[in-house]
Amino acid sequence: MNTAVEQSLDQHDKDIINALQGGFPICERPYLAAAKELNLTEDELIKRIESLLGNGALSRFGPLINAERMGGGLTLAALAVDEENFDRVAELVNAHEEIAHNYEREHGYNMWFVIATETPEQVAQTIKKIELETGLVVLNVPKLEEFFIGLRFDL
Amino acid sequence: MADVLEIDPIDRAIIAATQRGLPLVPRPYDAIGADLGLSGAVVQERMQAMVKSGVIRRIGVVPNHYKLGFSANGMTVWDVMDEYISDLGKKIGALDFVSHCYHRPRHVPHWPYNMFAMVHGKNREDVAAHANEIAKILGPAVKSSDIIYSKRILKKTGLRISV
Repeated sequence: MNTAVEQSLDQHDKDIINALQGGFPICERPYLAAAKELNLTEDELIKRIESLLGNGALSRFGPLINAERMGGGLTLAALAVDEENFDRVAELVNAHEEIAHNYEREHGYNMWFVIATETPEQVAQTIKKIELETGLVVLNVPKLEEFFIGLRFDL
Repeated sequence: MADVLEIDPIDRAIIAATQRGLPLVPRPYDAIGADLGLSGAVVQERMQAMVKSGVIRRIGVVPNHYKLGFSANGMTVWDVMDEYISDLGKKIGALDFVSHCYHRPRHVPHWPYNMFAMVHGKNREDVAAHANEIAKILGPAVKSSDIIYSKRILKKTGLRISV
């Protein structure tokens, strides 16, 4: 399936997406340094990243933080929600700023969200609040071991 | 559990200032510094150190796989015998179609699965074929499994760090 955004990308855009998933330089003129590798000018690279963020091809550009190493809390959690209550529950869950992502999925547990907090204790507090607000029991599956965080999609 | 590192207020301020993204100007680290009363050189040093310590996983782009045609994303979940999960998890995590792979707790009887591998593909056939490859690698160490497809994004803000 080709999406409209995918079709709008030229080879330079694809090269940018492929190359910059692996990292971005830390130096005085990082766009200039990265642009050289990509056969672009500094200005072209900045404009293209801007437009890839604008059309949604990229959801972010910047440092990706490992929240746990900062002393924060992080978990994956799920709820099994009735169809008729789904949107209402989604609103209740999303209203918490600790919810970083939330996906509807096809399973008995049909709502899956990441809770990211500044302290580990706040994870349990957030879960408790969600349980009180929704009347549902949260499935809490924090990671025990991380095997790999993949870096790239190849376009 | 990952080791927790001491983050001082300056590092924290730099992280907070970049959570919405790196400034799209020729000297982005100078721009971050200007807002915080720091020189660009100090911002660069601090960020280098945070990359080294692992507080920053990396600096770069995060593609929106839905918009890029990788519209099928299946969270594959597996009940793997405990004694094999660490070794097998590493093999699964190394597969190029797996973006994340974690060992997580079971909650029996509602939730029998202890390994999660996020699989991306252009369509569901793709994802199912990848799940089969995973099943082959896991072999008899896996008791049951499922593929949980995503239907829609309800929220995606990334992490928000405040100072």
